[in-house]
Amino acid sequence: MPDAPGLELIRGEIEQDHPGAVLDTGFEHGCASLAIDPAHVLGVLGWLRDAPGQGYRFLSSLHAADYLPAEPRFAVHYELLNRDRVERIRVKALLADPGEDSLPEIDSCVELFPTAEFQEREAYDFFGIVFNGHPDLTRILLPEDYVGWPQRRDFPVGGEPVTFTYNERNYG
Amino acid sequence: MRSRQLRARDMLRGDLEGEELERYVEERVVMTNFDKMLGWARSNSIFPLTFGLACCAIEGIPMAAVTARYDIARFGAEAGRASPRQADLIILSGRVSIKMAPIIRRLYDQMLEPKWAISMGACSSSGGMFSNYAVVQGAEKFMPIDVHVPGCPPRPEAVLYGFTKLQRKIQGNPDQGWRARYGAHGTEEWARGGPRGEPSAEAAKAYLAARELIVSA
Repeated sequence: MPDAPGLELIRGEIEQDHPGAVLDTGFEHGCASLAIDPAHVLGVLGWLRDAPGQGYRFLSSLHAADYLPAEPRFAVHYELLNRDRVERIRVKALLADPGEDSLPEIDSCVELFPTAEFQEREAYDFFGIVFNGHPDLTRILLPEDYVGWPQRRDFPVGGEPVTFTYNERNYG
Repeated sequence: MRSRQLRARDMLRGDLEGEELERYVEERVVMTNFDKMLGWARSNSIFPLTFGLACCAIEGIPMAAVTARYDIARFGAEAGRASPRQADLIILSGRVSIKMAPIIRRLYDQMLEPKWAISMGACSSSGGMFSNYAVVQGAEKFMPIDVHVPGCPPRPEAVLYGFTKLQRKIQGNPDQGWRARYGAHGTEEWARGGPRGEPSAEAAKAYLAARELIVSA
């Protein structure tokens, strides 16, 4: 686990290769995280994987989040693991909401971490985040003809009201 | 017992005659019609589909069906069939997701007539606590259900009670008299349609007609 000063060192080294890539750093609950510009996601992940002394070669999880009403609204989280030192680092790529008719886009990291293939499909399935360069970006869990991105915060919960006598009397 | 055996021996030897023979026949022969006999045979030899959906399949079916403590074999339905083409009862045990619904419908369509369905637990009857984008709000939206067993999960006794209800239904004698037994007329839940807290005019009329039928029976 890089500690807070170690995280700042990592940030400085990334800044040398990819200026403007790291937007912010955070250190919560004993876990270091880098907030990055989505345009540099492959550069940062590749650097963390390949740079000497880093070696975060294992992508233990990739998931999306919707931070509505925060701006930028979406984030894709990459949980990286160095299996020699058992150190973890979290990379958050912050994605702005492009509006009603288009979907947020980010580069796919399947080339770097093949395990990301299914997890990127899941993020696409539930949040509608498009991963450019993904070999087969289709829905993975929901039915193929499903309409909408149900894990977004502005997606209606669904279900239907139950017509108990109590509900009828008080809310009918 | 011994005297009955002796009489049966006498009958087979041809020693029984007259009034004794008539009494023997009266004791041993049941008159019925074919439909009743068929219903009786069907209801006591149900082959449930080996099929589980969610947690009710873990809690309920092994408890109610397989274990010796509750033992659905008492009602002649212990032989689970792994193919819908050999089964005549499907127990929907758990929540039905929108992706699973077409598959369940297909299984149900593959079962041979006559066939029955039990919706076990709150989830498959109404969606239960899963009032969300992924779960069908009641399996009755896409297939006919004969018996709903409430509970989360239902007690094994409740599953067996629902099963015996289904047997009554198969025999052409559905037991609808529980409201009379419990003095529970007037506690019906009504769907939307009428004024606040009251049934719609059609529902009230249908209810009165049904009640007359049940109470007079």
